[in-house]
Amino acid sequence: MQFFFEVLIGGLLSGVLYALVALGFVLIYKASGVFNFAQGAMVFFAALTFVGFQEVLPGWLGVEPGGAAVFWLALILACLAMVVLSIATERIVLRPLVNQPQITLFMATIGLAFFIEGLAQGIWGANVRGLELGIQDEPIAWMAERTGIFISSFDVFAAVVAGVLVAVLAVFFNRTRVGRALRAVADDHQAALSIGIPLQVIWRIVWAVAGFVALVAGLIWGARNGVQFALTFTALKALPVLILGGFESVPGAIVGGLIIGASEKLAEVYLGPMVGGGIDSWFPYFMALLFLLVRPEGLFGERHIDRV
Amino acid sequence: MLYREAGQFKTSYGADQQIFPIRQDRIAMAAILAFFFVGVPLLANQYWLQAILVPVLIFSLAALGLNILTGYAGQLSLGTAAFMAVGAFAAYNFELRLPWMPLPVSFVLAGVVAAAVGMLFGLPSLRIKGFYLAVATLAAQFFIVWVLTKFGWFSNYSSSGVITTQKMQILGYAFDTPVRQYLLVLTIVAVMAMLAKNLVRSSTGRAWMAVRDMDVAAEVIGIRLMHTKLLAFAVSSFYCGVAGALYAYAYLGTVEPEGFNLDMSFRVLFMIIIGGVGSILGSFLGAAFIVLAPIFLNVTAHGLFAGNIPAGLASNLELIVFGGLIIFFLIVEPHGLARLWQIAKEKLRLWPFPY
Repeated sequence: MQFFFEVLIGGLLSGVLYALVALGFVLIYKASGVFNFAQGAMVFFAALTFVGFQEVLPGWLGVEPGGAAVFWLALILACLAMVVLSIATERIVLRPLVNQPQITLFMATIGLAFFIEGLAQGIWGANVRGLELGIQDEPIAWMAERTGIFISSFDVFAAVVAGVLVAVLAVFFNRTRVGRALRAVADDHQAALSIGIPLQVIWRIVWAVAGFVALVAGLIWGARNGVQFALTFTALKALPVLILGGFESVPGAIVGGLIIGASEKLAEVYLGPMVGGGIDSWFPYFMALLFLLVRPEGLFGERHIDRV
Repeated sequence: MLYREAGQFKTSYGADQQIFPIRQDRIAMAAILAFFFVGVPLLANQYWLQAILVPVLIFSLAALGLNILTGYAGQLSLGTAAFMAVGAFAAYNFELRLPWMPLPVSFVLAGVVAAAVGMLFGLPSLRIKGFYLAVATLAAQFFIVWVLTKFGWFSNYSSSGVITTQKMQILGYAFDTPVRQYLLVLTIVAVMAMLAKNLVRSSTGRAWMAVRDMDVAAEVIGIRLMHTKLLAFAVSSFYCGVAGALYAYAYLGTVEPEGFNLDMSFRVLFMIIIGGVGSILGSFLGAAFIVLAPIFLNVTAHGLFAGNIPAGLASNLELIVFGGLIIFFLIVEPHGLARLWQIAKEKLRLWPFPY
């Protein structure tokens, strides 16, 4: 039973990481109706930019590497890079493609993913890099003593970061002027335009926020597995989370992430040995499919009403 | 002046319904076929046949399959490569376990097996739509590759699921030279493309298009949704399966399940988007573009920089240019290369007096 809980909690915490990536998808889909396949590439780009700045900054500034100043400066610069990327994306890719069918926009984001991957590696090189956030990836001692369950402090840290991020986003969406404009755009593009909300500015903001979320996800994933090309595959981990939670729902991304994370780990441990292991590549998708058969628009997605 | 239908009167229903109603189209089609059947084998060298023409044709077939599903029936799928894998491994197993089976029969049966698998994974489409369905088809992509890798029976217990295909032989005639392989692939692709062209003009094709445009409305006017959608999945997977079998037999000779990965599915999807969604011609144009563009980029990169920049940077530049090209094409002509051709044709019909 102890083992079960250990697996379950480990799964839930890794689910939080999936949810972080899924969050970026949801933000963009909500506001612009674009299914942004480049989110994985953005995660990769963000993490690589951060690590890259961390490497070159000490040389530029003449300070020793590893200091807090370098860390924060690299973070700010990486943030700026994501903002620039978002604005460029809006200007070059999205604006000419307004009013195109969704599949065209989707394909454009796949092209964008290729572009960003090439750009990131072209600038910073393709080496695998370590990323140090100063959080130990060790079991929490008092937890292990009290209950005998081993939980990594890093996972808990990631969960807290995700929680804070969601809270901040919720406040941003519900309590600020820009947030209200975002929700209006998400609701109805044309109505939002007609009452004077600048659509393109909103899109830029949304893509920048998604870029920021990608940066956070990239930092945490990168600290876990190293900053490498495989980070782009986080997008594939986030897709089942998305269809399970619904494309338009922020809480859906979180709940979906938790369900997928937990069920994936449990299945790998209990079901995996029966069929030979390695089922985590497809199990989340099957899980999501099962949910979809009951609720075709995801757990929290908007119910579609077809009118003829 | 040359391309004009004036004076071509249709005096029977048959003439009205024929596949290329304009005489110039028929002549052009015959000329193209003659060129590819006779001219190309005489002119092209081994490299062109083996490394360019054969893959272009095979991917055209796969793109045709996906175009039937996505372009005509409106069901977005990201599992194309998996269905190709099913076709490749099915053909291999038919040939391996039933050695007396003629090759064309195993190809057809491979397509049928792929169609059955495709129908199975098409079942969710009855309830799920749009991007939800696209992600659901990813389940097929990952699951099928996993099954083929995990269970040794499919690859005759070779290490990591690699299969080496048998020699291609039909009625004692060996298809062992590039020219013969090319002709075999061309024949199969030409026949299947003609079938597809006719299929999408038939009542089946019109039912698909009705479902694509609005499935509730289609149901209201009496189209059986389940029947139509599953048929689209079956036919599409059949095409992909045959393409997969050809990919294994006529192109690579040695394939592994991991070769049919998500990347390949995306490439086929690119082909129909660049070529034109809902167009038979577009499948061919798109396949040619997507297969040729990386080769072209590679050659130019080598020619331009000639070893002055490191190989890593060159491959990243290729990624950037490829991604940029796709975005560029989508912006310039969202309806694909086929639309460009259509516009050219319309212009040509009025030329030289467009008013």
